[in-house]
This record gives sequence, structure tokens and C-alpha cells, in this order.
Amino acid sequence: MRRETVSAIRYGYGLSPLRSADTRPEDLLASAVSASRQPPRLKTKARVKQLVAFRKARNTGADARRTAQKKLRSMAQDDIRQFLSIAVTDDGFGARLTNFWSDHFTVAANGPLLGVLVPDFIETAIRPNITSTFPAMLRAAATHPAMLIYLNQVQSFGPNSRAGQREERGLNENLAREILELHTLGVSASYNQTDVRAFAMLLTGLSVNKQGFVYRPGISEPGPHVVLGQTYGGRTTTLSHIEEALTDVALRPDTAEHLSRKLVVHFLGVEDATLISRLKATYLASKGDLKSLYLTLLEDEKAWIPDFRKAKLPFDFIVSALRAAGATESDVAKIKPADLRQGVFGAARLMGQHLFTPPGPDGWDEDPSSWITPPGLAARIRWATAFAERIAGSHDPRTFLDNALADAASPTLQFAVNGAESRVEGLALTLVSPEFNRR
Amino acid sequence: MYSRRSFLTRGLALGCSAAASPLVTPVSLASAPGDNRLVVIVLRGAMDGLDVVRPMGDRLLKSYRPSFDFSGSLPLTDFFGLHPELAPLTPLWKTGELSFAHAVSTPYRDKRSHFDGQDILEAGSATEDFGADGWLNRVVSLLPEARTETAFAVGHETLRLLSGSAPVSTWSPDSDLNLSPQAQLLLTKIYAQDPLFADAAQKAMELADLTDNPMSTRGAARAEALAKFTADRLREETRIAAFSINGWDTHANQARTLPNALRELSTAILTLKQDLGPVWSKTCVLCLTEFGRTARENGSKGTDHGTGGVAVFAGGALKGNGVLGRWPGLASGDLYRDRDLMPTDDVRRYAAWALAGLFPVTQSALTSTIFPGLEMGENPGLLA
Repeated sequence: MRRETVSAIRYGYGLSPLRSADTRPEDLLASAVSASRQPPRLKTKARVKQLVAFRKARNTGADARRTAQKKLRSMAQDDIRQFLSIAVTDDGFGARLTNFWSDHFTVAANGPLLGVLVPDFIETAIRPNITSTFPAMLRAAATHPAMLIYLNQVQSFGPNSRAGQREERGLNENLAREILELHTLGVSASYNQTDVRAFAMLLTGLSVNKQGFVYRPGISEPGPHVVLGQTYGGRTTTLSHIEEALTDVALRPDTAEHLSRKLVVHFLGVEDATLISRLKATYLASKGDLKSLYLTLLEDEKAWIPDFRKAKLPFDFIVSALRAAGATESDVAKIKPADLRQGVFGAARLMGQHLFTPPGPDGWDEDPSSWITPPGLAARIRWATAFAERIAGSHDPRTFLDNALADAASPTLQFAVNGAESRVEGLALTLVSPEFNRR
Repeated sequence: MYSRRSFLTRGLALGCSAAASPLVTPVSLASAPGDNRLVVIVLRGAMDGLDVVRPMGDRLLKSYRPSFDFSGSLPLTDFFGLHPELAPLTPLWKTGELSFAHAVSTPYRDKRSHFDGQDILEAGSATEDFGADGWLNRVVSLLPEARTETAFAVGHETLRLLSGSAPVSTWSPDSDLNLSPQAQLLLTKIYAQDPLFADAAQKAMELADLTDNPMSTRGAARAEALAKFTADRLREETRIAAFSINGWDTHANQARTLPNALRELSTAILTLKQDLGPVWSKTCVLCLTEFGRTARENGSKGTDHGTGGVAVFAGGALKGNGVLGRWPGLASGDLYRDRDLMPTDDVRRYAAWALAGLFPVTQSALTSTIFPGLEMGENPGLLA
């Protein structure tokens, strides 16, 4: 199989007749760097303002409420359109990395405020850091309002802080626990409840106000705090002590191992011990430099073996179909709101993925058998058929197969597509094939 | 390829393709193993046992949770009161079709992670060192007459509880698929070399003919649809079914968040009872959660991840009502690590004794294969 095919399927969002995929590791890396430098295309401030207007309108009558709600919904749809557009039209590797790290630092859009903040989190905390260092990304993620709200840090008060004493409010361990368990060390690492609690005490002070992230000394628990054997802060603790602790925990060998394993499993679908240990060594030697980490992966010959073991997640499946059909940025801009709602958001949900709202802080399942289930595959088949009906007028099944899969299409699939009794059936067969759904 | 469901196509699909297509296994009327039914509902997010089955007789409860309102509790025993949101279940309590076990937990301790807690609950193991299969799947593997239809995982998400080597069915009541015979043949061809796709497609086609209900995705209506579909299957060949109810992770404003989850739970149980009809008398419903929550409220009128909690049992197969288990007390020294309700029993014992009463599984299989290392101990007397 050509290297370009492997690159598009494994490190991008699938083949497209409009662009070719990078095949050299340094070119893939360069495209990720340029993706990380794209300015965010979201209007978070305007959306927060609209949310406030909506909350006010709740008390001023049904009409005002409906209008404000409609505006809010259409802004949420703009976000989906934006992410769809990036994935459909970009080189791919940068968008895939953004996706990987957004999932690593899962925040779910539970409720209207998080509905606004989650896309902002992806665009301002994750994407600019995908080719930076992991400690930098961790610091950005752990101090973004979406994370502080999602994992209840905004409700955590040092019991002996000024506010804690006055208002009798206390500690919430959620963020501290998930940073250690999910974001850095991994659950099999050796840390205990005492570490979690001390780390939670240290994190008090991280909070949110109307402008965004804020550090509140008044709710910060007086130190010093001993986390994993290291002491942070004195009688007063500041944001810099928290950042120091985040950096330290980010650079521990357990974190290196955890991240290396996740990256290898995410892109290759196998727990290759040799490759994981090579990545781990790179990570530790480069102090968490993500470009070096990706390069170690991409320069390994195992990274190019055309054995696709993963399943595309529902959103990625939809994106791949649009790419294969040669969709352009202006095509995505023209998708009707109802089609975005039902054909993208609703469809992904029926395939098992509630966009922006993973079930828990551990994000989406990497195991293909979690996605290719009877109901999940049934939803893909239904969607593929409906999509094929739409594009049948302008696409020939044989060309479409070649555009979508090139030399990744098996002889069996070529035979089936050629033997289909209608254009729609031929197009749909490509889209529901294992070759198209795996990566 | 996908034809919209109509009387004609449906008739054709059944009439022409069912026998001919290798993708569709005709539903057999062979007898299923035994007559008893088990439903396991996984309560994801850690249900706060102390707020659901409230130890009203312990004066420390109110002092640990000063901002909580316990005034509407429904008396169960002279010590325990039920959360008022579960009022719709009180008729079942009166007829002996509802009971609880208090201060129970899995063997999972200390890290209080939802994901590990749920993994251990579903794996049925004593440690975090376990395989990927679930204990309910191992039960299926031991049933002599088990077929794919014997056990059903219901809903869109993967249920580890029922994952494993024994074949089980999965479906969600809002999935629907209707393919022409030609499309079925072509799919068989292109999926032949990828078993993951071949199996999923075959089951999808079988199941599409069994369901036709739209499902709401939210709250109690979702729970109702899941329970309805489950009851439909249990009235036929299915003997074991499982699904999840989420929303128990009440870190903040528990007075507002917990009732939503409780409403889903009571809707699910009442729907099962209603739709199972006479089969309800042979049914046991086990509602299990990964762990309990802290005895004291946290700084945001909620509770954090804890240890000991409550399991909920329902069904006509129960022996009677009761709050089972040994109550450890709430005094500082009685709590687990001065923080959580002390677990005084392994919740897997209740599941094991229920299994022993419902299905032909031996005690040695229960303590070696299904729940490795479990000590069965004395029968807690859950079932009649």
C-alpha cells in the first residue's frame, strides 16, 4: 500500500480527491505546527454574552426567551460547522492531534455554559499547544474555565483559607484526582489518597470569574503541601507553586509511560512495548517536547504498516465521507442548519458519539468493538445510504471508491461496488466497508 | 440500499430473505435455560446510598450534611427512610417486591475512580488486575442452554458487564435497519473478512425486525424505552439483561441533581414490572453502583466519591422487603478512613446468592469463575 494512503487514513481524516497527504514525518509535523498557529475561529465572548442575555430573558417572557435560545442554538451550530470545516479541509494531522489531546483532557459540554466553553477549551488550551510541550499543555488545560467547571474545581475551597473559614465551604478533590489518574501518571501509577488530597489542597485558588480564569488567594489552602514527595508553597501558596507542581508531575516517568502508551494505541491500535518505551525515552529526554514525541512515532517503520486496527469514531467517519466526496470549505459553509443538526450531530449520536459530550472524564473508548456494535453499525449504514442518495447525482461509485480508499480497497470491495445494482448502493457500500471505517 | 420501512418491504424482507440470507438467523422457538429472569442495572457515577436509603435514626446524618433537607423522607423501617423521589416505588415495598442492602461495596478501595470502580464492579473481580470480560458474561457462559438471545446488553454504550467470550445480543431500542436482500448479500461479502463488522451487521439485521419504537434520548423517557425493550426481550427468549442509568455523580447541589437520576431509576423499575406482566413474578432486578459517596457533604452542597453504599433490589422473585446488611454507624471511628460509610459486606455476595437462586450455577462456579475469590458466606435471603 502506498505510504500516502496510510498517512491519510491513519494520521488524517481520510483520502480526498482535492489534496494529497504528507508522507514524510517532517512534513506531517510541519502541517501540525501550522495547524497549531491558526488563530481560534470561535466567538466565545459573543457567545458568553448571548448566554447571559438568555438567562436574563428567562424572566422577561416566553418570546424573549425563545429568541435568545434560538440565537444560542445557532451559535452552537456554528461551532460544529467550524470543527467540521477544519477536519474536512485541513491537512489532517494537526486536527487529529487536536482531537487526541482534547480527548486526553476530556471536558464535556454538560449544560449551556460548558456548551460554550468546551469549544473554546479545544481552540485556546489544546490546539495552540499540540506541538508545544506537554507541561505547557497541561498548565493551559488545568487552568481553563471549562476544566475548572467540569471537574468541580470552582467548588473547591481550602478549609483553612479565609473563605473556607468564613463560609464553611470545603475541598472538592475531583480535578486533583483526574489530573493524576487520567491526565498525567495514569491509574496504575503509585500514588495514594494522601497525594490526591494534598494535591487538591494545593490546587485550591484556581477559579473562574466573568472574564475567565482567575487565581483567588482567598480560597487557597495555606501550605506547605507535599505531593508525591515534593513540597510546594509555604504558609501562602501562589499560582506559580501550582504551575511548578503541574510541571513536575507532567515530567515524571509514569506520565511519560502513560502518554506514550495512549499515543501508540490511539494511532496504531496496538500496545507495542518496544515502541512505547522508545517514545517514553524521547519524552523524558526532551522534557515532554511533543514534536519529538510524534517524530519518534512517525520515524518508526511500524507506524507505516498498513494494518488498520482502529475504528473511526462517528464524527471522523462523517468527516471522512465528506472528504471522499471532495467537499470544500464553502460546501461545509452551505450545509443547512437542519442537516447539521440531524445529519451530523444527531447521526453521530445514533452511532454512539454525543459530540462534545463524552460520557465521563476518561473520554471516548479506543476499542473498535465499542463503536462497531449492532446499533452503531446500523446507524452508519443508514447514514451512508442517506448520504449516498444525496451525492449519487454527481458521483460515480467506481471513482468514489478510488477517491475514498485508493489502494486500500480490497478486491472483494471493488468487486462488490462494481456489482452493486444502483449508484446509491455502490456509493453506500464503499462508505460502510471495513476499509472505510477502520484506520 | 436502505428502504424505508413499509408494510410491503417489511413483508418482503421477512418472506424472501429470512430463510435465504446467511445474515439472518431465523428466530428459533427452542426452550431457553430455565424460567427465571435477571436484570442488572448499572448506576454509573456512584449513587449516594446515604441519601437514597437514609439512616434517619442516626443523629449524625444531619450534622454531617447540614445543608441537606431530610424532612420528606418516607419511612421504610424504624431506622431507615427512603428519598422522597422514590415514592412511586413504595407500593413495591409494601408488597415485598423491593429491598435494599446498605453499607455494601465491591472490593475496590481508596482511589475512588469512577472508571476503575465501574470496571471492578462489572468485572466482578477482587482486584484491579482483571481481564476485560464481565461477570454477567461469565454467568451466560456457564448456562447449558445459552444462546445469543439468552443475554441482552441494552443501549448505545458498551456494557463491560456483559462483554466476554459468551455470545450476547446488544441493541438499542431506537436503532432500525431494513435492507434489501441484495444489499444484505453484498454486505455479507464485504464483511466476510472482518468478523467485528460481520457479527455486528448480522445481529443488527436480526434485531431490526424486533423493534419499532422511537426512543427519547433524555431522562425518564430514555429509562422507560430501555426498560420497555428489555421487558419485551425478557418475555421472549432472553433471561438476562443489563443496561445503565447515568447521572449519579452528585458533586454539587445534590438536592437538585439526585432526583433526576432517581426518577430514571423508579421509571425503569416500574416499566419493567408493568411490561413483564406475569413474568415479573420470576424476575429479580439488581441495581448496582461502583461505590458510595462521602458521609459528609462537601463545599458545594454535594458529596464526593466514597466507599460503602447501597444496592437496590426489585422484582416478584424477591422474598420480601427489607434493608439488608450490617449497619456500621456513622461515628467518626466507624467511618471508612474517617470519611466514607464503612462497607460491612461485599455487594458481590448479594449478586452471587441471587444468581444461585435464579440459575443453575454451582457455588464453586460462583466463587471461582464468576466472582473469583468471593466468599459466599451465609445466604442474605434476598430471593424467596
